[in-house]
Amino acid sequence: MAPPPLSPNDAPLLRVRGLRIEFPTRRGTLVAIDDVSFDVARGEVLGMVGESGAGKSLTGAAIIGLLEPPGRIAGGEILLHGRPIHALPPAEMRRIRGRHISMVFQDPLTSLNPLLTVGDQIVETILTHKPIGEQAARRRAVELLEEVGIPAPDQRIDHYPHQFSGGMRQRVVIALALCADPELIIADEPTTALDVSVQAQIIALLRRLCREHHTAVILVTHDMGVIAETADRVAVMYAGRIAEIGPVREVVKQPQHPYTRGLMGSIPVLGAGSRRLVQIDGAMPRLTAIPSGCAFHPRCGEAFARCREERPELLAAGHARAACWLYAGDNAAERAR
Amino acid sequence: MLAVILRRLLQSILVMLAVALVSFGLFRYIGDPIHNMVGQEATLAEREQLREHLGLNDAVPVQFARFVGNALRGEFGISYRMARPVADVIRERLPATLELALISGSAALLAGIALGVYTALRRDGWLSHAIMSASLIGVSLPTFLIGILLIYVFAVELKVLPAFGRSETVQLGWWNTGLLTASGLKSLILPAITLGLYQLTLIMRLVRAEMLEVLRTDYIKFARARGLSDRSIHFRHALKNTLLPVITIAGLQIGSIIAFAIITETVFQWPGVGLLFITAVQFVDIPVMAAYLVLIALIFVVINLIVDLLYFAVDPRLRVRRTGRGT
Repeated sequence: MAPPPLSPNDAPLLRVRGLRIEFPTRRGTLVAIDDVSFDVARGEVLGMVGESGAGKSLTGAAIIGLLEPPGRIAGGEILLHGRPIHALPPAEMRRIRGRHISMVFQDPLTSLNPLLTVGDQIVETILTHKPIGEQAARRRAVELLEEVGIPAPDQRIDHYPHQFSGGMRQRVVIALALCADPELIIADEPTTALDVSVQAQIIALLRRLCREHHTAVILVTHDMGVIAETADRVAVMYAGRIAEIGPVREVVKQPQHPYTRGLMGSIPVLGAGSRRLVQIDGAMPRLTAIPSGCAFHPRCGEAFARCREERPELLAAGHARAACWLYAGDNAAERAR
Repeated sequence: MLAVILRRLLQSILVMLAVALVSFGLFRYIGDPIHNMVGQEATLAEREQLREHLGLNDAVPVQFARFVGNALRGEFGISYRMARPVADVIRERLPATLELALISGSAALLAGIALGVYTALRRDGWLSHAIMSASLIGVSLPTFLIGILLIYVFAVELKVLPAFGRSETVQLGWWNTGLLTASGLKSLILPAITLGLYQLTLIMRLVRAEMLEVLRTDYIKFARARGLSDRSIHFRHALKNTLLPVITIAGLQIGSIIAFAIITETVFQWPGVGLLFITAVQFVDIPVMAAYLVLIALIFVVINLIVDLLYFAVDPRLRVRRTGRGT
């Protein structure tokens, strides 16, 4: 699959700049995502972590152009190979979906059409994007099923989704997402609905396939463990904004933003004895009542006057970047830790 | 699958026996059949002789067994009013009702599905809103009123379509069809609309609601995320899933179209079994009423059986046994 001609090769695969997503409601406009910017390089796994409602899935839906109305992109841009794709006409956006950007959903039990065989669904997707015949598409489908680790793929291809277990269905879903060789897969909580014993297999599979196909992944999850194992970089989201973004090892080992520190402190560590888990007081604000300044300041132990008044941009913080005034040059002195 | 069919058949037989019991009860308990048959001058002895001759003195189970046996051979006795075998009368009248029901039923089904899909896909279009509003009329106006309105507009005022009857018909064996003559077809239009309008709006609203539901499912979102064309998503992926519940309702509705064609047939003086039944009620023509009851039950049971089999054809989850589960 050749990338679109527009791309200068050094441009990142995906560039999101100042993304803003709004939901017009009767009682005013809700801003669900505000000023979110990040890049995804070719073949990179970007973890996106945060509580429910932080805006992780919405960001994914916006990138692939499947925001559900009345949600809409109200500002910013999304560039694929440097080419803006956030305002393409539906027919053109459809040609990007599947071929350049694909998606894996949360629940494999409901992601497949129950009335068509898995083979039908894979072959149809291949034929939509590739100029090959039906026979070739079917051979490719068998190969794909084999690649995602489905035993006896030449027989299983004619089975219906209900004849597969949950883990096997998620493998089929991954095969479907990969079948037009996209450059980016948005995996929206791909393991949340699965048994714990199967989760690791699916994550390992996704990671191996993306490495082999050189496919980038945006891995949306609230499971920090999955991110730590899988991602190259991680973006921590809070109340529709990125709180911290950086290489996953740095962020996990040395979280900079107070929110990330709280998040890491709340993860139980095996063999750490009976250490009490740290808990962040309060709850994430609702979209209708986002606090002024830094959205996290009411729950932050280190907040000071500026946090209540001014919203922090992403600032260099250690090896990562954090949206926190602690890292502003003139406040560097306050980093007394 | 064979086991399921056998079980359904057994259930159908039980239903038919229950209906036969009710219609047998009509004979026994609505008036004295002897009284209905003989003249006023008949002596008590003559009456008793006829009673013995007709087997009305036998035990009730024996009489019921005889009734069922006769019904299986299609014999429901002699119509009191017409003094002809009921089976013959029904055979004469059935084609008119079946043609009316099938034409209006299939028109309602096709138009209902098409309009339902259209209004679901163009949810906010002005035409969809207009169709949805108009469909309220179909749901809320009583059948006889629609019939009379249609007669007034198209037969009385515009004089383009006949107001009643089947016009010319052609005899094909014992089947008396109105579909082969222009006037027969013309006279079918108004009754078919009257009979089918309610079903059309019902099916349309059902298809629309189901389609909207299906369009919200994960597998449709996933199909979009894979870049499939809208046509494939709407008609290959969504419509088929929409039709599962529609099959059930449509099956029941086609049954009730045949059963409750009574009103339409009365309004249009359509010479079908519904009209036959209404006149039979007026004259307490019990053999005709009993036969009609059994016939309608049979039609319902057969349609339900077909619906069950259609389910197997459409939904693989019923068809295939669970195999090879593993992780």
